[in-house]
Amino acid sequence: MKKANLSSLQLYRCFACGYCKFTSDFVDYNCPSYKRFRFETYFTGGRLWLMYAWLNGEISWSENLANIIYTCTTCKNCVEHCPMGFNQDIVNWITSVRGEVIERGLAPPNIRDFLENIRKHGNPWGKPKDGREAWTKNVSVRKFKPADDYLLYVGCLASYDNRAQEIAKSLVEILNDTDISFGILGNEENCDGNEVFMLGEKGLYQLLAEQNIKKFKELNVKRIITLSPHSYNIMRNEYPKLGGTFEVLHYTQLLHDLIKSGKIKLSKTEVKVTYHDPCFLGRYNWIYETPREILRSIPGLELLEMRRNRGNSFCCGGGSGNFIMDLLGGSEDSPNRVRVREAYETGAKVLAVACPGCMVMFESALKDEEMEEKLVVRDISEIIRDSCRK
Amino acid sequence: MCFIFRLSFDADTCLACPSFDCLVKCQYLDLGFAEARREIRKIISGEDSPVLHSCKTCYACEEYCRYGNHPFYLIVERQEEKQILPAPRPIIKRWIQTGELTGKEPEIKPVKEPVISLCFFPQLVPLIQGKLFEGLSIICGRHVFCNVVYLHFGKPSVIKERVPVIIENIVKYGVKELICFHDECYGLFKSLAPAYGIKVPFKPIHLFEYLYNKLREYEKMIKPLNFKVAYQRNCSTRLTPDKEHFVDDIFELIGVKRVERKYDRENALCCAGIIKELGYPELSEELQRKNVEDMKKADAEYVVFNCPACYFTLAEKVKRLGMKPILMSELCKLAIGEKPVLF
Amino acid sequence: MSGIYEALAKIVGEKYVSNRMEEKYFYSRDQGLTEPCKPDYIVLPKTVDEVQAIVKLACKEKIPIVVRGAGLALTGLVRPLKGGIVLDLKRMDKILEVNEKSRYAIIEAGVTTGKLKAYLEHYHPSLRFSIPDAPPSATVAGNVVIHGQGRLTQQYGFNSDMVCGLEVVLPCGDVCRIGSCSISPYWFSKGPPLPDLSGLFLGWFGTTGIITKIGIKLYPNKKIRDVEIFVTDDENLVPDIIARITYTEIVEDVNVWTQPYPLIYRGIHHITAYVTGDSEEEIEFKKKMVIDSVRDYIKRKEGGFIFLTPDIKPVLLEMPQSSLTRFADVKRGGGFQYAGPIIPIEKYPEAYRRMVEVAEKYKTTWAIASRVIGRGHCMMFGFSFPFSRIDPSDMERVKKALHECDLIALELGGVPWKAEIPAQQEILKRMDQNTRKLIGQIKKLLDPYGIMNPGNWEVD
Repeated sequence: MKKANLSSLQLYRCFACGYCKFTSDFVDYNCPSYKRFRFETYFTGGRLWLMYAWLNGEISWSENLANIIYTCTTCKNCVEHCPMGFNQDIVNWITSVRGEVIERGLAPPNIRDFLENIRKHGNPWGKPKDGREAWTKNVSVRKFKPADDYLLYVGCLASYDNRAQEIAKSLVEILNDTDISFGILGNEENCDGNEVFMLGEKGLYQLLAEQNIKKFKELNVKRIITLSPHSYNIMRNEYPKLGGTFEVLHYTQLLHDLIKSGKIKLSKTEVKVTYHDPCFLGRYNWIYETPREILRSIPGLELLEMRRNRGNSFCCGGGSGNFIMDLLGGSEDSPNRVRVREAYETGAKVLAVACPGCMVMFESALKDEEMEEKLVVRDISEIIRDSCRK
Repeated sequence: MCFIFRLSFDADTCLACPSFDCLVKCQYLDLGFAEARREIRKIISGEDSPVLHSCKTCYACEEYCRYGNHPFYLIVERQEEKQILPAPRPIIKRWIQTGELTGKEPEIKPVKEPVISLCFFPQLVPLIQGKLFEGLSIICGRHVFCNVVYLHFGKPSVIKERVPVIIENIVKYGVKELICFHDECYGLFKSLAPAYGIKVPFKPIHLFEYLYNKLREYEKMIKPLNFKVAYQRNCSTRLTPDKEHFVDDIFELIGVKRVERKYDRENALCCAGIIKELGYPELSEELQRKNVEDMKKADAEYVVFNCPACYFTLAEKVKRLGMKPILMSELCKLAIGEKPVLF
Repeated sequence: MSGIYEALAKIVGEKYVSNRMEEKYFYSRDQGLTEPCKPDYIVLPKTVDEVQAIVKLACKEKIPIVVRGAGLALTGLVRPLKGGIVLDLKRMDKILEVNEKSRYAIIEAGVTTGKLKAYLEHYHPSLRFSIPDAPPSATVAGNVVIHGQGRLTQQYGFNSDMVCGLEVVLPCGDVCRIGSCSISPYWFSKGPPLPDLSGLFLGWFGTTGIITKIGIKLYPNKKIRDVEIFVTDDENLVPDIIARITYTEIVEDVNVWTQPYPLIYRGIHHITAYVTGDSEEEIEFKKKMVIDSVRDYIKRKEGGFIFLTPDIKPVLLEMPQSSLTRFADVKRGGGFQYAGPIIPIEKYPEAYRRMVEVAEKYKTTWAIASRVIGRGHCMMFGFSFPFSRIDPSDMERVKKALHECDLIALELGGVPWKAEIPAQQEILKRMDQNTRKLIGQIKKLLDPYGIMNPGNWEVD
């Protein structure tokens, strides 16, 4: 068996102590794949040991090993709670090993298809590119012009998924009522590459990113609002390494400023809401309070916290492409189902999200849990839009 | 090497002193004029004295002496000569080991000036940011550690042995002027090293002087803070009281009021962290309690610290009484609208 | 073993059985230096009925069973030495009851120390248990089964002394209640006033039965916790210092630690005393008692209290203390293991000197982290060595060093704790022959087919 170049990957430093399984107060298992599967091979320590064993030639590639590697949603709970000095490297190690899997042509079919669809069609479902702006029918939104304040980057989910499209529509409606000028790329928009990056296909990621950066520069884009925290993460943190330095905001940051400056007027809405911190907004970019301040600024809204919040938020299970592949689905221990039950226990009627990936995962979970009458999932933009409409 | 450095102490000046303030004003010894005279004579002549055993190493006598004759340095010299341990042996050993040079120190290359030394406080590196610290090169580590703390432990030999190496290391950085974040570093270069005839081939600049000048540059950005602050004088500030006016100068510039309180200025109480280690844990607690209660009684909202060690020692007690501990550098950042680092 | 997989899948559901290479790889080893031993199956039961069914199957088919909590003993006790089934009990993670008046909790065997801690903090903040410094993924039952120690050990003994009842699946598959819970709904005692059968299951490393539920004593959780460190550079003084501090009867925990790096610690023995209280006055009073107990040493300049800066105190007060886990990264190689024999306190100086010699002999760095047990009746003398998983020669040297430390402990009159197989054999070799015979008889009686974690405490 071929041994990989191990020099930069210090997987062997992991002691498999298990801190990475938990929240900071140990109240529950917080690693989504461990919670789902419960074998020790599915928590970060087990995964790292196995990846090392594979790279070292001690074990061979298998379907089970693939499952172990790809059920990591790269939620960063392990990074957050690992007590060791290398904790910041953990996700990089995982994506690097995934890259090695791809290099050796061993990626499982669903991963391969996911990536191939993005390469060919600019979206992971392989849907036609010219369907990307279908959501804009009957919506007052135009293409980006160089003089615009912001490019609104919609992303794959909100472009193609029926439920997630509602997020795009509500955000556009809100922004249209302000004096902000913005536009979208429509069918010219291409995948941002965050999931590709997390799946380790760095070559494809670089291609996507460079294409996007080139396009943005040609259009004289200076500021970008992203709908999805995944887009926010990759454009803010990785695009600059490829020369793409733009001012990138997640839409909640913009809404926060607009509310604070009085440009958005909110009406009383008596409702109990709990907020789920998405991984790419929270643990990846430390944006915890901005969405909460938005919700608290709605008169009458009572914000209830789940026990696992902020840095302890429990991942919806959709990361690393699992909002499509759903490798952690099929069980009452699937993370999205666990999380909606947790949301319901707060007494809230609304589970607020700030990520289309979380939206899709939780909507599915409510169906599986038969809780659709008990709890609804709303994006923050939808909650704000409804409050404005009143 | 260290034997060639002798303390410049003038016995005659001392013996002719009309007041013996060094011992009479001592906050820990209850000595009248006659007793002080008797004891200082013993110390000068190399006899044993209770002073050598009871000294709490607050450094205040260095300031009390009107003649700059270094009574505290003399006490420390005598302690070592007579093998008097001001602190328990393992505590002294621990401290000496802390600053030991291992030969694995980083390679020293010239750095761009201006240069700031953080002594052996790597936890202060995140503070060196913002407009006030823009463009500074940082040096930090045991290879630039001032070693002044060994005055507390009756080990001037350690200082004399290590300080020439430290100074040489600093010179290798190409430093002509060195901003000293840590007051003890400034005390070393301005007071202790010269007292022993150790040459300092660069100009030390106290952090407060640096901050004051920087604040003047950014004067337009200053918004008066209007806080009431207590100032905590650390032990080593007594070695260089001439720079103390910068405290009031800065306060005036940034609009804070230094509260009048009992344990300030010449009557200041040290943080008493070392006093615990000398073997007086109850006294340490009592001094800290008196000090912070005094701050609270004077209505202080903030407690401003000169020294990071004092900060780490007293911060929790300050917070418990509802006041906010803050380093001087961070207070200055607040004044120009920047976010301070609060540990 | 055809049909076994299917039989196991029928018991727990196919999702929770594995004979896959990856699970076999991980479950064949622990984080220490012992050689891996592959299981045939890894099973994750959820209920005691499932455990019973698995044990009956194993008994019938003569398949070895090894029970695993988090596997953090580091001495290879959860390796299936003769293959067979590894039972990972962590799906059995319910906290069944907390009795506040009688101060105990009844928990399933898979409850982690982290989970119990979080649960008590949230729902019963006036109560605590003796949490060990192992990572929070350690199970309470696993820790107890190996006679682990925790924050309340100085006061109340080994964590196994704080058990107040057990539910056990015997090697024949019968389920047994041990202690007051065998006749009463209350789990207040693991034995007295009945014949104490708990000793048949505690410390046996799963060779006599599988603990599925455990009653664990809870203790008052005071509002404030504080710490003082008294240091000396003379190891010969340590036993007397410990005796004086524990004589006060008011400290929560007493740890003794030293290590050669960083330099500040070298040659210095840190006797760390923890106090708890509900008010500042109580804390100050207790601290004063501790100070008074060792004042003579301060006067003679042989020891003193160090000032604890705000960055050090939180590390010491953390429960569990993650800094101990971080020792695994000292060589940036992902591993550490320690010889933690239980020794008489008066043997500390000699143990220290001789084990430092061992470390020097094998050219490896080390750290000592010890804990006083039961108000000073003995101590766990933890002599740790970090190692690098990518340096076989380093691992080999540390292995040898650990074994020599075990032998030294025995020479000094101590007993290796959670002993590896070779150390178990050394213990049995030195043991009173009738005691050894009794161990063999008990094992034979309870586990006639030798299926329960075979290879451990093997008398023959």
